[in-house]
Amino acid sequence: MTAVAHHTSTGLDNRKLAFWMFIGSECLLFGSLISTYLVYQGRSVVGPTPEEILDIPLTSISTFVLLMSSLAMVLALAAVTRGDRRWSRVWLLATAALGMTFLGFQAYEFTTFVHEGLTLKTNLFGSTFFVLTGTHGAHVAVGVLWLLTLFVRSLQGKLGPDKAINVEITGLYWHFVDVVWIVIFTVVYLLS
Amino acid sequence: MATSVMEHTPSAGLGARVWSWITTTDHKRIGVLYGVTAFAFFLIGGLEALLIRLQLSHSGNTVVSAQTYNELFTMHGTTMVFLAVMPLSAAFFNFVIPLQIGARDVAFPRLNAFSYWVFLLGGLFLNASFLVGAAPNAGWFGYANLTSSQYSPGHHIDFWVLGLQVLGIASIAAGINFIVTIVNMRAPGMRLMRMPVFTWMSLVTQFIIVTAFPVITVALVFLMFDRYFGTNFYQVAAGGDVLLWQHLFWLFGHPEVYILILPAMGIISDVIPTFSRKPLFGYAVVVYSGLLIAVLGWGVWAHHMFQVGLGPIAESVFAATTMMIAIPTGVKIFNWIATMWGGRIRFTTAMLFAVGFIAMFIIGGLSGVMHSSPPADLQQTDTYFVVAHFHYVLFGGAMMGIFAGIYYWWPKVTGRLLSEGIGKTHFWLTIIGSNLAFFPMHFIGLLGMPRRIYTYDAALGLDTLNLVSTVGAFVMGTGMLVFVFNVLWSRTRGQPAGNDPWGGATLEWSISSPPPAYNFSVIPEVRSRMPLWSENGMTPVPAVPPEPVHVPPGSFWPALAATGIIVAAVGAILKSLLVVLGGGAVLIVAIYAWALEPFEV
Repeated sequence: MTAVAHHTSTGLDNRKLAFWMFIGSECLLFGSLISTYLVYQGRSVVGPTPEEILDIPLTSISTFVLLMSSLAMVLALAAVTRGDRRWSRVWLLATAALGMTFLGFQAYEFTTFVHEGLTLKTNLFGSTFFVLTGTHGAHVAVGVLWLLTLFVRSLQGKLGPDKAINVEITGLYWHFVDVVWIVIFTVVYLLS
Repeated sequence: MATSVMEHTPSAGLGARVWSWITTTDHKRIGVLYGVTAFAFFLIGGLEALLIRLQLSHSGNTVVSAQTYNELFTMHGTTMVFLAVMPLSAAFFNFVIPLQIGARDVAFPRLNAFSYWVFLLGGLFLNASFLVGAAPNAGWFGYANLTSSQYSPGHHIDFWVLGLQVLGIASIAAGINFIVTIVNMRAPGMRLMRMPVFTWMSLVTQFIIVTAFPVITVALVFLMFDRYFGTNFYQVAAGGDVLLWQHLFWLFGHPEVYILILPAMGIISDVIPTFSRKPLFGYAVVVYSGLLIAVLGWGVWAHHMFQVGLGPIAESVFAATTMMIAIPTGVKIFNWIATMWGGRIRFTTAMLFAVGFIAMFIIGGLSGVMHSSPPADLQQTDTYFVVAHFHYVLFGGAMMGIFAGIYYWWPKVTGRLLSEGIGKTHFWLTIIGSNLAFFPMHFIGLLGMPRRIYTYDAALGLDTLNLVSTVGAFVMGTGMLVFVFNVLWSRTRGQPAGNDPWGGATLEWSISSPPPAYNFSVIPEVRSRMPLWSENGMTPVPAVPPEPVHVPPGSFWPALAATGIIVAAVGAILKSLLVVLGGGAVLIVAIYAWALEPFEV
């Protein structure tokens, strides 16, 4: 086949450009969710309120875990790019594990809140909090699945430096989900 | 490396032909699928409109019950916006954009197929609601709290909230795909400011789609959670605010208006120069006006909400932005007229529809500017005046533009021309019928008839005007039958088109009709904004490829992934977690198979 098929007008890889567009779209999604949370802040007619129930120290730890996962992601990409199979597996698995740890914290937090009487139905805070952080959690879960898939591909020996773009795109998504969490953590936890 | 192409030759068995359509990743065939499907939905939406007009043909009529009437106007609006005009535009995006920019396909052929199948199944899902007697019934903008479980028990709203979420997936996927295609897949020398205006307006539209659809998705997710899991987003008793829905809906809803109209504006920006034999007047200004409309379109949503009482400051701001958006729109209209000025105009059917667009859109635009003034809007809102306005822009504008595009590109798609004689009959029935149907609505509205009410009292004195409107609707309906006849006629009797039946200026006219699977035997180098009108405007495209061309194979996984999504939606209607999870499992399997199958673009 001719080389023309892979030529792009901007020089950017098609998939990478597509992912940037997807991330732009996701910004509006999370933007709408976060705006709704802010609009409804303090308007619940019954408790529990955020002040009563949010555990900032605990969530700070999980936030730190998620931040570290972004570091691991960067190292994974670097390892794949230089063709270092062992360390690409280590860092891919580490990223996924840190993501799962974050999800574990979230599962613990959600369970605790339900025990303390805050569910989706309880009040506006419950509805907006669970849907916002739940949507984010779902994004993390998709990312974890994706990372584990890459890990398996690496074990199969099918994640050489020629496939670094796949890891780079996963990284784009992962860092984006991380950045969204920073915003959510600030808006929901720190500013409450 | 040569890859054999599965052609739908008559010798192939029916099963093989159906399979080749299900698995196709060719943008041209997907474009045809979009066009045929969307036109079928357009006819269904048209039938709903005729039933509505029949019911309103005289006061106190009893053709349909109040409940059925609610379903008809809801589904008419939802169908025309999401299942007819948007996907008809998508048919053009698919078929025309790669040809206009000199590409062999879109950036992601399988994602393209996925968008189509999600759209088809989502549209069938929405319409299946009729079969179980639970069609959506709260208006196309589904205001809270009409849509809450308390005020709308049963499955009517469930179909709507799930169906629109599904359709949103198709739109966003296609939006991303076409942005990448246009930005990244242009032939050498096809600089941004050399792109045909249709491609330009399509690009602008895709940016609006990928930014506006997440907003309605969030609004719909809230509604779905309220209905399924008892959340409080639109529950006033819990402190929720029904205005949240209105803001989110119209934040999407007004950009959506430009999603509907900008592609049609792009179409006529290509049609008018071709049939005036003149380059588009002020190309750059038309392009920048399109961009400006997209930007301003994000700042006008609350003019749909003046009756809420947002306060004088907010209302003044939104009135001003709304008036402002008339400026780039007006600029475009003057550019089209200036293009025709002094041109050698040929009034083909495509040109007639394009000129019809301008005339009708001016009327709809003027009544739109009237609404921008809050005091005037308060008199007009929720009356037939508004119905008149948006039918002038959406039928008179968007649909007329789409018909211009159909007559213009039909020969490129099928290799045969539509009949000009039958086409002109179609045009005159359409323009006379639509003015008969929609113009009286201005008076009906100003005289006080509200929208979305299934009947009216004889004492209002509106029987005659309503009858005229109904007659007009049936004249339009006749026009559509004439068009369908034209299509059938053209299949066997249409004149062979040749490469360039109109003397067009853009790349798609440099190749055969219908184009070969690979579009361009050699990717041309473009040296002009109007390559076919300029001396040495492009490198030649030989009729036979000098070396074998790689054509991507088909794939079944996009259709399967779409099926998984729709199974999950059906599961949500059935309130069966098992079916939802089953659909999710199918989706996941299809995504992995899709990602792992060898597929060289």
